Amino acid sequence: MSYKNGQALNDEELAPQKPSAERLQRGPVAFIECVEQIPCNPCVESCPQGAITMPGGLNGIPRLDTDICTGCGLCISCCPGLAIFVVDLSGEDEASTVSLPYEFLPLPEKGQQVMALDRNGDELGPAEVTRVQAGRRLDRTPVVTIAVPKQWTLRARQIKPISRSSS
Amino acid sequence: MPPSLRLIEHPILTFSRGRRVSFTFDGRELHGYEGETVAAALHAAGVSTYRKSPRLHRPRGFFCAIGKCSSCLMTVDGVPNVRVCIMPLREGMVVRSARDKGQLPQDDPPAAWPWPGRYRPQMAKADVVIVGAGPAGLSAAVETTRLGLETVIVDENQRIGGQLIKQTHMFFGSREHHARVRGIDIPAKLLERIDESRARFLMGATVIGFYDDRTVAVVRDREFLHLQAGKVIVATGASENMLAFDDCDLPGVYGAGAVQTLMNVHGIVPGRRVLMVGAGNIGLIVSYQLLQAGVAVVDIIEAAPQIGGYHVHAAKVLRSGVPIHTSHTILRAIGREKVEGAEVARVDENWRPNPGSERTLEVDTICLAVGLSPTAELLFQAGCQSWYVPELGGHLAAHDENLETTVPGIYVAGDVSGIEEASAAMLEGRLAGLSAAESLGKQLPPQGKDELIGELKELRAGPFGEKARRGKGKMFEEAWRHVV
Repeated sequence: MSYKNGQALNDEELAPQKPSAERLQRGPVAFIECVEQIPCNPCVESCPQGAITMPGGLNGIPRLDTDICTGCGLCISCCPGLAIFVVDLSGEDEASTVSLPYEFLPLPEKGQQVMALDRNGDELGPAEVTRVQAGRRLDRTPVVTIAVPKQWTLRARQIKPISRSSS
Repeated sequence: MPPSLRLIEHPILTFSRGRRVSFTFDGRELHGYEGETVAAALHAAGVSTYRKSPRLHRPRGFFCAIGKCSSCLMTVDGVPNVRVCIMPLREGMVVRSARDKGQLPQDDPPAAWPWPGRYRPQMAKADVVIVGAGPAGLSAAVETTRLGLETVIVDENQRIGGQLIKQTHMFFGSREHHARVRGIDIPAKLLERIDESRARFLMGATVIGFYDDRTVAVVRDREFLHLQAGKVIVATGASENMLAFDDCDLPGVYGAGAVQTLMNVHGIVPGRRVLMVGAGNIGLIVSYQLLQAGVAVVDIIEAAPQIGGYHVHAAKVLRSGVPIHTSHTILRAIGREKVEGAEVARVDENWRPNPGSERTLEVDTICLAVGLSPTAELLFQAGCQSWYVPELGGHLAAHDENLETTVPGIYVAGDVSGIEEASAAMLEGRLAGLSAAESLGKQLPPQGKDELIGELKELRAGPFGEKARRGKGKMFEEAWRHVV
């Protein structure tokens, strides 16, 4: 297993957690990138729709009912592993969005250009910040939404400020 | 002048520094802030060598930063062998680097010595004495005070919370284990549940030994106290493991916990470029915390072929561009007075470095996250039978499922009873508190202990709980049968 060797999750490892192509087309949906049996379950309680369950109890792997998930993103900042993302591929054009937890400074502002990174930290390219959620309820885990071309939606998982050298 | 190592902004923490104070280090005037330790102030002032080793005169800095390893012994206001990593900084302090084992003052009674006159202790009594105010100790106090027992909690540190006070990340587990709550916010939640009228905290106080009849000897500042306890709960935690490699004693080689203390308690970064050794949860979490503090993590290496920590922790650093190299080890630290680099290499299946695979990394800090060992010395001095359980971190005081040791009335909880996560420590603390209360004749809430034992089993049920499960199994079955 590649991730056990300190690599990012590959497509095969992510497949069981990945919402179906049809569901991805339909609108925003959570992508829970949590594939190990670890004793942790706050995501279950975080979902107002009850879309997340944990078969097998505390040490189970979270399961998302993508028909119930509205893509609201409340689970993102509730995951202690910062492993939940919300993706929206429903747009007609090439634009899609990724919402991700971002616990770094400076917190970007809406409209700002940032560098989108994939699961290995490799640069995908610039992306525009379309929404920044912070505040008490999120308890110091802000959620940043970026607009990215559709070929990056399932890859962009981190952002960083655009440095002078790379812009 | 290099940029300050002090953090101004942090995504999770706010640092409210105390009054600016001046002190001297080997005659040089330096500044720090009230509320920080001497070691932290020295590090922020750019001092990395705190003493010379007694025989070979090699430079030494701090390593554990929580008062456990004795790497940072210095002479403070004339008193030799002071652990400056837990010594609070005060205005006008005279700090001197140590070159040998120190001299006992020759005058009698010694003017600089902490105790006036003879060493006559004050006497006090308590139903329960808890050694350690971390997650286990505080949780024990929740139960003992709630059941009406006068409880004294003794801890060497100034702040209540043990190692929770530097855990900026959200905890795992379920709601009952404070899941989703950041470690830094847990001490306040536990304090809310402790009956204040029955709890007394002795902070900055060191338990120096046990006498008969569960009498605990405590030293605090200029006080010397004998605490006669009905029951004693030892929740002293663990200390960071060292790793042997060339020049591993150079200042700049720090334990992961020390890096957290410096960075998340005092708001001082350890350096600018860090090599993390160890990809268990601690190594991965501290790497992420270094990134949050704006420090570059150049590489994370792990000698085993697989990472030991949760993938979600690895994913957080990987997507920020930090590489993780499994089957890699550190060969040597580079530098004369402090770390200026590190040489790492790939290892084969027999853990031997592959010739030709050596790489040199330009780093100013080598952070070791290679496991913890239970701080069980006090228990052994008290006469508790020891037992070696590698799955639980090494030598431990043998204990039963109620967490009582072989010395009746002495209980263990948390990392000192086996290395695990803080969630387990909190459950064990409550269990030890209930066990102690029960043996003092208190009526326990129905299912009190069974429920906690069940929750501990659930926490250890998954693949990541395998070591603890196996270790505790060995402890409760073979070890306990053997020692009793």
